[in-house]
Amino acid sequence: MSTTVEHVACTFCGCVCDDIAVEFEGTRVVRLRSACGVGRGVIDEHDPEVRPPLVGGREVRWEEAVEAAAAILDQADSPLIYGLSSSAVEAQRKAVELADRLGAIIDTTSSVCHGPTGLAMQAVGEATCTLGEVRDRADLIVFWGCNPSASHPRHFNRFSLTPKGALTPNGRSDRTVFAIDVRPTGSTKQADHFLQVDVGADFEVLTTLRSLVKGNDVGAVASVGGIPVDRLRDLVDRMKDCRYGVVFMGMGLTMSRGRHLNVSELFSLVSELNEYARFSVIPMRGHGNVAGADQVLTWASGYPFAVSYARGYPQFGPGEFTAVDVLARGEADAALIVASDPVAHFPRAAAEHLERIPTIVLDPTPSLTAAIAQVVFPTAYYGLDAAGTAYRMDNVPIPLRRVFPSERPTDEEILDRMIEAVT
Amino acid sequence: MMLGILGGRVYDPTNGIDGEIRDIWVKDGRVVSSDAVGREEAQVVDATGLVVMPGGVDIHSHIAGPKVNAGRKFRPEDHRGTERARTEAFRSGSGRTVPTTHLTGYLYAEMGYTTVMEAATAPLAARHTHEELADVPIIDKGAFITVGNNHFLMECIKEGRRERARDYVAWLLGASKGYAVKIVNPGGVENWKWGSNVGELDDEVIGFGVTPRQILETVAWIGDELGLPHAPHIHGINLGRSSSARTTMETMATLDGQRVHFCHLQFLSYGPGKRGVHASGAVAVAEAVNAHPGVTVDVGQLVFGSATTMTSDGPLQHNLHRTTGAKWVNDDVEGETGGGIVPVLYKRTNPINAVMWATGMELFLLVDDPWKVFLTTDHPNAGCFTAYPQVIRLLMDRAYRSEVFAGIHARARAGSVLPELDREYSLYEIAVISRAGPARALGLKKKGHLGEGADADIAIYREADDKAEMFAHPRFVFKRGELVVRDGAVVADPPGRTFYVAPPYDPGVEKEIRGHFERAYTISFENYSMVGQDPDHGEVIACTRA
Repeated sequence: MSTTVEHVACTFCGCVCDDIAVEFEGTRVVRLRSACGVGRGVIDEHDPEVRPPLVGGREVRWEEAVEAAAAILDQADSPLIYGLSSSAVEAQRKAVELADRLGAIIDTTSSVCHGPTGLAMQAVGEATCTLGEVRDRADLIVFWGCNPSASHPRHFNRFSLTPKGALTPNGRSDRTVFAIDVRPTGSTKQADHFLQVDVGADFEVLTTLRSLVKGNDVGAVASVGGIPVDRLRDLVDRMKDCRYGVVFMGMGLTMSRGRHLNVSELFSLVSELNEYARFSVIPMRGHGNVAGADQVLTWASGYPFAVSYARGYPQFGPGEFTAVDVLARGEADAALIVASDPVAHFPRAAAEHLERIPTIVLDPTPSLTAAIAQVVFPTAYYGLDAAGTAYRMDNVPIPLRRVFPSERPTDEEILDRMIEAVT
Repeated sequence: MMLGILGGRVYDPTNGIDGEIRDIWVKDGRVVSSDAVGREEAQVVDATGLVVMPGGVDIHSHIAGPKVNAGRKFRPEDHRGTERARTEAFRSGSGRTVPTTHLTGYLYAEMGYTTVMEAATAPLAARHTHEELADVPIIDKGAFITVGNNHFLMECIKEGRRERARDYVAWLLGASKGYAVKIVNPGGVENWKWGSNVGELDDEVIGFGVTPRQILETVAWIGDELGLPHAPHIHGINLGRSSSARTTMETMATLDGQRVHFCHLQFLSYGPGKRGVHASGAVAVAEAVNAHPGVTVDVGQLVFGSATTMTSDGPLQHNLHRTTGAKWVNDDVEGETGGGIVPVLYKRTNPINAVMWATGMELFLLVDDPWKVFLTTDHPNAGCFTAYPQVIRLLMDRAYRSEVFAGIHARARAGSVLPELDREYSLYEIAVISRAGPARALGLKKKGHLGEGADADIAIYREADDKAEMFAHPRFVFKRGELVVRDGAVVADPPGRTFYVAPPYDPGVEKEIRGHFERAYTISFENYSMVGQDPDHGEVIACTRA
């Protein structure tokens, strides 16, 4: 006897596709509808079976694990809470409450992906829109430093390339698509125009575009950042003449030379283009609920990531309170990692420090960080084992459903018990 | 839990009590008659020499949701130096013009306010707004749902199907757990998605062939048809422009006889001026308010200092960005609305800002009936809600008002009727514009008064000559009978309730809405609707025609 749950939202990437149907028998998925390859893998491989928590590698009762975690946090002078982007809003709220209570530093995976995007938004603002506006209105699309064909597989079909919308009844042929990247990718192949920029030269190209938009003389240079100026002129003409333009930007801008300066330059360009046409930019947020992590931390502290509560009130310090920096400098003396795997992804100095200090992990799936952790809680997978909310890359909130009749405790429940248990 | 507040000077305009010495008795969170309470068991507060009022009710404020949170996120410079540290019992927070959620609840309560309405949320983002509201402690709240640029609604209007539009709005309120319908620049926000706007009530909305006038008329009719507790809440066309006073009066005329609320009217009461500075149109607009019996308004008083403007009025915010050069957030929301955010600094010495300040003051003093004009700063657009005590002082103290007036830009002084306006609000009238009036306009029968059956939301102040000081630091504030503030500081933070409406509708509309969803939205119908998912501490307020 199989059961089917419809309108399931996949939390793997920032598209949070919510049109997926999961048919399963017991805990085994027998049929999946609408999911992309990545989402399919995540859902297929998910094992909703309850596994006991571990303390020092030993299986223990949940209460015992909560006590062990609370003892670690109580003894710490400078605990770090990190991750959150693959958890649900409900758990993120509890994590921030715990950080406030402990006087901890709290940071999310934003700091290693779109943190610079947040800084750019703080500097110059951000003209943006929801993905439905892209589908229905946009006749000019630019992908800059992102590769949705690999990272957000259904983005092209649902929002940005082929779907038919109110003002784009012919789908792909109603859109002109540019891709700007340092090398050809699966995504650049889909574009009408590929502009290959020299590594590290995005800022120069963006500044040139702003200058061309304003009609300034850029001098007698033939090319900027490896792109012929004539092709930049052509792009600017199209940007000014379009009905509704949208730029999707990714870590090619945020994690290359210039970082938040690149993004500020792009955001300024997009704002200025609204003198001529309507224009928006949407950051290609990666994890399913990283946008929610930004939202929750902001409504509770005023800041989107890199927050220290050590003084009893929130302080914002990118570079100072970002997890990689705090760990690499050896400043944290305990860590609570929620739904993230920093040991696998952080620079060596930061990952090594995490191995030296007592670390607590809440994660539905095994990870390298869980392998080195003192306390491990195998929690529910939001959107499969438990209900909750995730915010899509355009900040649209989407409810997550409980698909499997799993009894795994949620991150929210465990964090709530920790809040009760710490002194 | 029983409570007696004894011997205070009570201002309870709903029940006609004007500064009489009264005892207020409370049982299980409600005001009760003295016979209903065993006096020996009741906790007693000696209110001798103190002023007792219902808790404040804010009919229009921006405290939660995507715009508010984007306003927090992009203004780190607004937070520094404003932080409040955590204590054993309370959360920390930050934010001068856009405080964090917990701090928002604390600051409102510390001013004696116990009910606050979030004034604009896109239905698509209502889930977010409710999640934030759940983190705003103490105060009761509700969310207004923007419908003035909604595609489904405009299609119904175009096809002449008013009943279908009515059923859709009823469904939408239930689906988003909204409390009231909000119109923001009807048609203008849709046109902004084409880089344009509307300027007249009969301009066309691009792609829909309807007009702002038709949208306003239809939504006003829907409000009456559904018997919504709060009338449609209107931010009209031309906000901030010199044509706004004219089109505001035209809007009042076109909706004559209907129950409507015009919000932050100050921003919509300007006439043509000289050298790029609008003139106040408050005299004529206030006359129109006086002349239309179904109309209530809130002022949106400008407060000099730092503010963060945030509204669904996308074209307005782009214009403000171009004018000031300040950073700008824009957010176009599929099928529904848009929005923008721009930080501003209002200066006494800036002629435009000075005219805005005077316009608000004039509206307060020229609308005759205090039951029609309510205290707001359109927080955080014209100023922060924490400035309410200062605005109260301006209204109650003519000498103070003259002093401030003397310091504003000469060009604003030259055109203003303010020096001729001797009126000073009484404590009774303040209780009307900040409690009884907004509660009545919101249709919240248990709020804004201290009669039997009312929620025991009670603010107790020490009378002082400096009314700003008096209203900034209540001696005690009770929320549903629980002491939440003592001497201006929070002592308890129970969760507040979220009010919403659930008007009935023809279920046949759902099939059509589903079809609309396939075409118009990028999330599924089932994941949009919050039907069956109550907000934290949700409470349905009945519609009068349910």
